[in-house]
Amino acid sequence: MTLAEKILAAHTGRKSVKPGEFLNVPVDLVMTTDGTGLIAVRQFQKMGARRVFNPSKVVLVLDHSVPAPNVDAAETSRVLREFAFQYGTLLYDVGRSGIVHVLLPEQGLVLPGDVVAGGDSHTCTYGALGAFATGMGATDIAFAMAFGQTWMRVPESIRLVYHGHLQPWVGGKDLILHTISRIGVEGANYKAIEFAGPVIEALKMDERFTMANMAVEAGAKAGLFLVDEETVAYVKKRAKRPYTVYHPDPEAEYAETVEIDISSLEPQVAFPHSPANARPVTEAKGIEIVQAVIGSCTNGRLSDLRMAARVLAGRRIHLRVRCIVLPGSQEVYLEALREGLIETFIQSGAAVSTPTCGPCVGAHMGVLAAGEKCISTTNRNFIGRMGSPKSEVYLANPAVVAASAVQGRIVHPQEVLGT
Amino acid sequence: MIRGRVHKFGDHIDTDGIIPAGCSHISDPAELGRHCMENIDPAFARRVSPGDIIVAGSNFGCGSSREFAPWAIHGAGISCVIAKSFARIFFRNAINIALPLLTCPEAVEGIEEKDLLEIDLGRGEIRNLTRTTVFTALPYPEFIRELISAGGLLEYGRRLLAQSRESKEPIRK
Repeated sequence: MTLAEKILAAHTGRKSVKPGEFLNVPVDLVMTTDGTGLIAVRQFQKMGARRVFNPSKVVLVLDHSVPAPNVDAAETSRVLREFAFQYGTLLYDVGRSGIVHVLLPEQGLVLPGDVVAGGDSHTCTYGALGAFATGMGATDIAFAMAFGQTWMRVPESIRLVYHGHLQPWVGGKDLILHTISRIGVEGANYKAIEFAGPVIEALKMDERFTMANMAVEAGAKAGLFLVDEETVAYVKKRAKRPYTVYHPDPEAEYAETVEIDISSLEPQVAFPHSPANARPVTEAKGIEIVQAVIGSCTNGRLSDLRMAARVLAGRRIHLRVRCIVLPGSQEVYLEALREGLIETFIQSGAAVSTPTCGPCVGAHMGVLAAGEKCISTTNRNFIGRMGSPKSEVYLANPAVVAASAVQGRIVHPQEVLGT
Repeated sequence: MIRGRVHKFGDHIDTDGIIPAGCSHISDPAELGRHCMENIDPAFARRVSPGDIIVAGSNFGCGSSREFAPWAIHGAGISCVIAKSFARIFFRNAINIALPLLTCPEAVEGIEEKDLLEIDLGRGEIRNLTRTTVFTALPYPEFIRELISAGGLLEYGRRLLAQSRESKEPIRK
């Protein structure tokens, strides 16, 4: 069995499961946010549920439109807060929170071997920890909150194996953008991805989170990493309950295995309006941008901010560019402050925000006007994603975004650093 | 039996295209329906007559987990979506709210804007009355058929809760 099959079999008490089978799978955690939680709560009430299956396994995170930018968002947050208090669930609110996919691993709420049902498509981020985590809609979340289980079709798995040596300024974001452009936006539709190979084994946790985060942009149900020393070191200081590590069998059957040599891979830029439109940064060179966003559930972790700060240190953001930095959580924010990264950002002329999904979903904190071009470390560049349907979003890693913010046009970080 | 006119779309219609993220505070399906496809085709919602059918290319509904997307389609008055393929979460969400989806690449090729269709969901049969052609869609697995016939996941959950209350709390009256 593959890693995904192992986890699903263990959770349903079976010796083995096969792709295509339908299962009712008990979940270790149900998560929702103010992005889709309002409907989940309404559906929960309509269903006639009187309690959540286990209050310590249900978590509500206010992160999409916080602090509330308008009355509707305020109302959504109010309803979710009241739900959390009424049913005794976990709640992460303004000032003690963060972007859900940065926050939950940090808090030790997701652990290796878990099954997680999340009311957000980027729930697949937790695959970096070797968890089977998948995004669902509001009615699914309502059902999972009430019953502690969810229906699932066992997905086929595809194995992506990365070889070679990474070039300078190339990392997890570039690997995943390249992967999506190679296999396409539905290259992994309904399937689980297993990331493997020497390049993956050498990646730090933050980069694994970035890659797992965007598995859904290739249509994947989950994107999983094998648990190794790096994972255990991350989890050890955070876990408050026991967990089980699963490994795929050597004779596991994959629908497909793709070997990817990354030795000549440049930093990647995904052109509008699809994450699959990735090209080498040199092909994007010279495109003028007016906004640069550094943060999000994709690239809002400490190592992302360090990378951006390395580029911005001692430099000034271009006069025609607004650079917005959003640390992914209070923990990331505080550590960035202690390391002097926040000072670097402010001195370079960037705006630093409290953690929020804000601009990525076109909610607030940097919505784009018609005709504006933005380069962003986020995960989606669909039409209208960050504001006006006539705006354009280019996706890249934090170093490329920071360098482009300095130059006012898209550029390879080496050009700004002169190395 | 479903009967309606076709509104045709291309490949990779994403959830932000189906319903702008800025509408995520709206929970009334009819109101969501008025914004349906706004970013792609601002006049869409006004052109739809109740019962009309969306026909699209591959990967329909890719993007976010927002259930607003199938609700917006439902709220706009669309009775069914036929596509070459659907994105996973959208497929799930539509089934859960009992919005019928049919996967049928041949039908998509053989249907044009404004064609009149008649659909027999039980048999997966799509009849193009304008062009007098018939297509058969991939049938649903049994598990999914059960969920739809229960009226969607909400209704299914409601029944489960009612059953467990009957068995656990019979003497309290």
